[in-house]
Amino acid sequence: MSNEWPLWEVFIRGQHGMSHRHVGSLHAADAESAMMNARDVYTRRNEGVSIWVVEAAHIAASAPGDKGPLFEPANSKVYRHPTFFDIPDDAGAM
Amino acid sequence: MYAQMVKTAGTGVKKPKDMTAEEKAFQAKIDRNEKIEPKDWMPDDYRATLIRQIGQHAHSEIVGQLPEGNWLTRAPTLERKAILLAKVQDEAGHGLYLYSACETLGVSRDELTEMLLNGKMKYSSIFNYPTLNWADMGAVGWLVDGAAIMNQVPLQRTSYGPYSRAMVRICKEESFHQRQGYAIMMKMAAGTADQKRMAQDALDRLWFPSLMMFGPSNKESVHSEQSMAWRIKINTNDELRQKFVDQTVPQIEFLGLTCPDKDIKWNEEKGGYDYTDPDWSEFFAVLKGNGPCNKDRLAARNAAWKNGAWVRDAMLAHARKKAARKAVAA
Ligand SMILES: [Fe+2]
Ligand SMILES: [Fe+2]
Repeated sequence: MSNEWPLWEVFIRGQHGMSHRHVGSLHAADAESAMMNARDVYTRRNEGVSIWVVEAAHIAASAPGDKGPLFEPANSKVYRHPTFFDIPDDAGAM
Repeated sequence: MYAQMVKTAGTGVKKPKDMTAEEKAFQAKIDRNEKIEPKDWMPDDYRATLIRQIGQHAHSEIVGQLPEGNWLTRAPTLERKAILLAKVQDEAGHGLYLYSACETLGVSRDELTEMLLNGKMKYSSIFNYPTLNWADMGAVGWLVDGAAIMNQVPLQRTSYGPYSRAMVRICKEESFHQRQGYAIMMKMAAGTADQKRMAQDALDRLWFPSLMMFGPSNKESVHSEQSMAWRIKINTNDELRQKFVDQTVPQIEFLGLTCPDKDIKWNEEKGGYDYTDPDWSEFFAVLKGNGPCNKDRLAARNAAWKNGAWVRDAMLAHARKKAARKAVAA
């Protein structure tokens, strides 16, 4: 068995109530020390109010080759955007 | 520059007619300024060159902690000590960001560490010079971090996504490093005659080694067109060095110190200073392992790795034991 600590991905929520955002990775023996390391490395300048650490091996990711099947169907569905609809200014704020 | 003389893998820039369809699509993506991400197809030479470059950059951040660590316990005030400690701690973070970026290319952290420890991979020549007096902490922050910034700012636009994102984070933190260094120089240059002499001495010793950080002159440099086409090198060594000299000479004057290059002269026509190149034979000797501190630096890193082994192993054993106990309970 390799004695390298597993890889963890670090997600941080900033001050302003936004979602957690991926900020980087680190190696740690377990979740507890991953959390401590994340605090030390990624929040030295008040970057966050909350940390998630996830072992990288547990993340399922889409493959570059899936880009077409996954994302192209949205291209033709322009009616999902508000700008598709012509509403006269007279109708008021909408 | 923290990556010097990175040998570009491959046989140079291919003509479009010699490229495979995959290579053409890859180059077109880079030319459109799109990022290459870890799982995307990439030429083996691109991958190999990036591992060398990012790895060397990461090693430089880590070894770069040693010359400053030398002064942590001897800082003149508690505030200076806290500032220097914060700066050195940032450098550990920079090493981590870069190692992480490098690992996405399929090399493990332990492999990278071992290649540093056995001398297969290099780190920047600058960290093989000693830090002899407190003013060196000023000169290192100002000049060495200053030269690193020159190189790192354009690399934020590099083609490899994880490398580019690491550079963005690093650049945010670097300007504190340079400013704290210059603040030390200002204090010492305005201090007693002895303090001013120390500041000048630090500048005298670190000026030419700082110019070497950008790597050899274009005339002597290894063929880098391929790295430029791949956008993993953005500017030539001489371009960045010129920018650094033009920025730094007025800062020397502001301190009331003397530029160690006696022939430094403003050239109106080119809109920059004419300067003396560093002694490239010294540079190559330092890279080969014959600088003043090469042996000390590698010995310190090897000792840290060896002496820390039981801690790494114990933490992992503890984590495995805890996980096993949890599995039984569940
Ligand atoms: Fe750094
Ligand atoms: Fe720095």
